[in-house]
Amino acid sequence: MTARGRLVLFAAGAGALFLALLAASARLPAGGYPGPYGTVLNRVAVLERHTTDVVAAVTYDYRGFDTMGEEMILFAAVAGAALLLRRTRSEWTGPEDLDHLPDRSVADPSDAVRVTLLLLVPVAITFGAYLAMHGQVSPGGGFQAGVVLVTAPLLVYLGTRARLLVEIAPGASVELGEGAGILGYLLTGVAGLVVGGDYLDNFLPLGRLADVFSAGTILALSVAVSLAVAAGLAQMLISFVEETLRQEG
Amino acid sequence: MAYQGVAGLFPFAVAAWLFVCGLYGVVVSRNLIQMVGCLAVLQSSTYVLLAAVGYVPDGSAPVFLEVVHGPVVDPVVQALMLTDVVVEATVAALLLALAVQVHTHAHTLRPDRLTRMRG
Repeated sequence: MTARGRLVLFAAGAGALFLALLAASARLPAGGYPGPYGTVLNRVAVLERHTTDVVAAVTYDYRGFDTMGEEMILFAAVAGAALLLRRTRSEWTGPEDLDHLPDRSVADPSDAVRVTLLLLVPVAITFGAYLAMHGQVSPGGGFQAGVVLVTAPLLVYLGTRARLLVEIAPGASVELGEGAGILGYLLTGVAGLVVGGDYLDNFLPLGRLADVFSAGTILALSVAVSLAVAAGLAQMLISFVEETLRQEG
Repeated sequence: MAYQGVAGLFPFAVAAWLFVCGLYGVVVSRNLIQMVGCLAVLQSSTYVLLAAVGYVPDGSAPVFLEVVHGPVVDPVVQALMLTDVVVEATVAALLLALAVQVHTHAHTLRPDRLTRMRG
């Protein structure tokens, strides 16, 4: 079948799909979201878990098991990318050759770029730490915090040379951080099993509403997830950087 | 007001349109990296759908730092969306790593030239 024939067939199928989706949406209940779970959670979560951010309570407490699964997906994707882009031992001669390829000249970033980006690094770290520890008080939590935290080594890489990235985030400590994050999540669940009788039970003291140290295991799980996400994305970044500067052929 | 007449369909129409556009991009793209970008568009349609499903008319955010009067939006779908965005970004990075390896071994990024398996 020619490319044009494929396109015609696709257009017919996609048009039918679009109309079917619209027809299905028209049958949704009038008056918005009807279901009981959201309204019940909005009413009881603040009192049950001493948290003002119900979304974080859902992510790390009421649906904490699903978040564990999502973290495993992230870990598998990072491991897969690192495996695909790994440098075989015979090609690796140390971080010096990352910037000294014979057929490639990488210009140093200008002073304006370097100053601006390096001034943003403490902002990224502070904001990421704030998001990680305030998930139970205001909108935030582990996933957003991990993504903001990983912009710190990314800004360092963009503002300086690649060798600095490998020096500030050596492979061993990044892998250790990712493993510690995931293991922290799993062990907090096991501790909940031991203390409270259910896996991922919220057994830590609930504290006072809107305190930083409140809401029990939500804070612990949020910090663990932020560590795992930041280290995992940093691992991904390092894999790509090392790969792009590898010798061709 | 959501779900009132044709205007209420708007968020679902946006989600369906994003889905169809992403699908079209995946079908006609002649570069694996562009295909990954179109896949990201496809995934973003599910975020719009999830956000639209949980909407309550005149509802405010499910954050209770101040006393909230009136309806509040559903938090469960927001939690689903939140974890989804970060995870799909890493999966897209994994697909890009696959594209890099394909180019290293097959010396091409065009999907229609990659139909034959090489031992």
